[in-house]
Amino acid sequence: MLPEWLLPALVITALGLFAIGALRRILLWRAGRPEPVSLIAGLMAMPRRYLVDLHHVVARDKVMSNTHVATAGGFVLSMLLIIPVHVFGLDSRWLTIPLLAATVIMFTGAVFVYRRRRNPPARLSKGPWMRLPKSLLTFSVSFFLLTLLASDLLPENFGHWVLTGVLLIGVTLGLAELLFGMGWGGPMKHAFAGALHLAFHRRPERFGGGRSTGLKPVDLDGMLGVAKPSDFKWNQLLGFDACVQCGRCEAVCPAFAAGQPLNPKKLIQDMVVGLAGGSDAHYAGSPYPGRDVGQAQGNPHQPIVDGLVSAETLWSCTTCRACVEECPMMIEHVDAIVDMRRHLTLERGETPNKGAEVLDNLIATDNPGGYEPNSRMNWAADLALPLMADKQEAEVLFWVSDGCFDMRSQRILRAFVKILKAANVDFAVLGNEECDSGDVARRLGDDATFQTLARHNIATLSKYRFTRIVTTDPHAFHVLKNEYGDFGGHYDVMHHSTFINELVEQGRINLDRFKGGTVTYHDPCYLGRYNGEYESPRALLAALGIQVSEMERSGYRSRCCGGGGGAPITDIPGEHRIADMRVDDARKVEAETIAVACQQCTAMLEGVVEPRPEIRDLAELVADGLVVDATPASTATAGPSLAEEVH
Amino acid sequence: MWPDSDLKVASLVSNGQHPKSGRSRRASQDARAVELALKMTGRAARVIHVGTGHRDSGLGQYLGMGLPEITLLNADENADAVPVLVDHLKGTDLDIVLTGIHAEQGEASGMVPYLLAEHLGWPLVSHIADIQKVEGGKAEVLQALPRGQRRLLRVPLPFIATVDNAAAEARQYAFGAARRGKLVDEVIDAPVDQARLEWESHPAKPRPKRLHVAKAKSAADRFKAATAKPQGQGGSVLRDGTDLEKATAIMDLLISEGVVR
Repeated sequence: MLPEWLLPALVITALGLFAIGALRRILLWRAGRPEPVSLIAGLMAMPRRYLVDLHHVVARDKVMSNTHVATAGGFVLSMLLIIPVHVFGLDSRWLTIPLLAATVIMFTGAVFVYRRRRNPPARLSKGPWMRLPKSLLTFSVSFFLLTLLASDLLPENFGHWVLTGVLLIGVTLGLAELLFGMGWGGPMKHAFAGALHLAFHRRPERFGGGRSTGLKPVDLDGMLGVAKPSDFKWNQLLGFDACVQCGRCEAVCPAFAAGQPLNPKKLIQDMVVGLAGGSDAHYAGSPYPGRDVGQAQGNPHQPIVDGLVSAETLWSCTTCRACVEECPMMIEHVDAIVDMRRHLTLERGETPNKGAEVLDNLIATDNPGGYEPNSRMNWAADLALPLMADKQEAEVLFWVSDGCFDMRSQRILRAFVKILKAANVDFAVLGNEECDSGDVARRLGDDATFQTLARHNIATLSKYRFTRIVTTDPHAFHVLKNEYGDFGGHYDVMHHSTFINELVEQGRINLDRFKGGTVTYHDPCYLGRYNGEYESPRALLAALGIQVSEMERSGYRSRCCGGGGGAPITDIPGEHRIADMRVDDARKVEAETIAVACQQCTAMLEGVVEPRPEIRDLAELVADGLVVDATPASTATAGPSLAEEVH
Repeated sequence: MWPDSDLKVASLVSNGQHPKSGRSRRASQDARAVELALKMTGRAARVIHVGTGHRDSGLGQYLGMGLPEITLLNADENADAVPVLVDHLKGTDLDIVLTGIHAEQGEASGMVPYLLAEHLGWPLVSHIADIQKVEGGKAEVLQALPRGQRRLLRVPLPFIATVDNAAAEARQYAFGAARRGKLVDEVIDAPVDQARLEWESHPAKPRPKRLHVAKAKSAADRFKAATAKPQGQGGSVLRDGTDLEKATAIMDLLISEGVVR
């Protein structure tokens, strides 16, 4: 037989190496800027975050979810039992049999991992990840057999020393991958970094069914944005390290699909290269479309742009948050991208294409188009809208948004006013006092201009009394609801889809049945993923008698129209247009009308060449279907056709 | 070639005003002058402002273009900028002084560069689009003429030039750079502009514009009227002749206009 001490020594060495590697890794993360976290509470919350929140995301792929439960659960359990059994030599059936069971569970999981890796989808990274299922199998099989041999479950002298020797090699290989690799940047790093990432997540509100999507404010007297990896908060760096390279982000990214030079997975991996130092030569996944792998080099103190990533990569993002929604590790890609954009805009003054002009306009005229600030109400010259300045008080403050300058959006605004009037809502607008919400400025990285606009708007809003703000623009909705709070503006904000649906439910407006053909609904990112409103628009469509034929990607998986995050302004070229791909989605379900709930989506989708489905905002559909009470009762006497169509 | 570290270039900047909102900003032509100075001398470009400037005005936006500092010659609103600038410029060893064509607010007479040139005895080049090179004490200056024409001038240093809207657009200004840049105050003796004190000023009234009525019968005539050259100029109509002759005539014109060289 081989010497008794060999196996314990192996396990202890592996554990020791893991500990050294882990410490080294922690020091790498600590190169980031400080961010206070609650150490104990975070660690205490971690198991629940892992078992519930993370698995909630993983479970969208049932097979993979079960595979992971078996593999990871089996591994953690076997590791916990290997220490007493093989290191301390405790020889009890109460330990040995569970250890055998754990390795069998792990083996079963590993078989499924292996099967998936035989023909892996394009989104998965190859390279060392192809080795992982083999390592998992080796680890589980070797420990199963060794445990069996060492136990008293088999007759004495059953094993042969050759067999034991072979198994020890297997054990070594398995330990190398699973413990040494975990600390030293192998594929298993995700387990260690991921666990801590869950514990010290920068948005703990996301766990337990919560939502946290507003960007974090910038201290304008401090560092402006992220220039080099060490400018990230330390727990952002930790978050990057948690990436498992599953590529789910890549599969849903609209910019990647359009052939623009962005791949969220590669971006996160480049950040890992940056925090650890080195090059991306070992990256084995899909590249940024049109860019070669192997060019990126960096270290924690070297500028990111034009070393690790190109500026076009950062400006390709539409901030649609599909990657964040899909990431099983709950990594915050959009935060990182906006952080780096802030540096480009606020420090370097390098916002591409129309970016500089739009920001200039926002600074000079409070609207992105550079229109006369006193012409905000021209669209409603004939509507006699009540002004807040006159009324001082209203139930609903209608936030008009910059749609007032755009002729297509004006049709949506007018439709909404028609509904408000039909329902006798007590409302008022700010008129020329309103400024741009700051959404575009902020997402183009100009937090200074965003803060100026936000403070101005908050000061204006504080002059008046209202119960809620309603807007037809999901971007303004998001910013008012989730991002003004940091500057002292706390409001009850509602998107018009929610508000109109409420009016219908309360019976304040009556709707006729919609008479068009097939209708599909496009979820705006800033309404859906950012604010979780998927139901009201659909309920509203149902109230119009429409049975929505859902596109393949709808709800939380809705594909962006390409209009968010200033992407139409920075306009990074790709092979396709994102809006074209979205309209193709609608064509696949043979929709004749795409119902939308955002003026930006309207503009983007209507920019697609005809023939294509008609693009109608919910407000327009509802306004067309409004049944106005048959005014002189004499015309509509008894009979089934009580509500005649009124145009 | 650029930036040239031996060259000393200064831009004179004023506080601009946005045409729609009336807000303070960097003046568009002055910003182009700064852009040109930055191109020629990098961060060594000097920028001078006369007035009671502060960071929140357009001056901050000039600083945001990446200037380490702006020399601020402190003078109140009634002061005459010309003698202040003459005093200051006499004490420097500048090669080129760049200005806009006229300010966006205030008097906006466009006279400052001419008066400076007169007092300093320097040549003045108006409406420049670019300075291409400086060699042996002479600069090759590209002057912008109407309808996109350009004229190359050779001007001995030192000189003053006013920068046209045809010059390269000013770079984006960055919040961080504006925050870092310094306003270096210089206390100077600023004489009051006596002449202006006597003036009365009123807000400008929009003058009715004479509508250009095209007395045309057909759409083609109206099109012609809308697209015709603003002023009648010489030229010839070639109806006969071979293609080669016509092409040669066009080529000659392009060469004489400086489009083809």
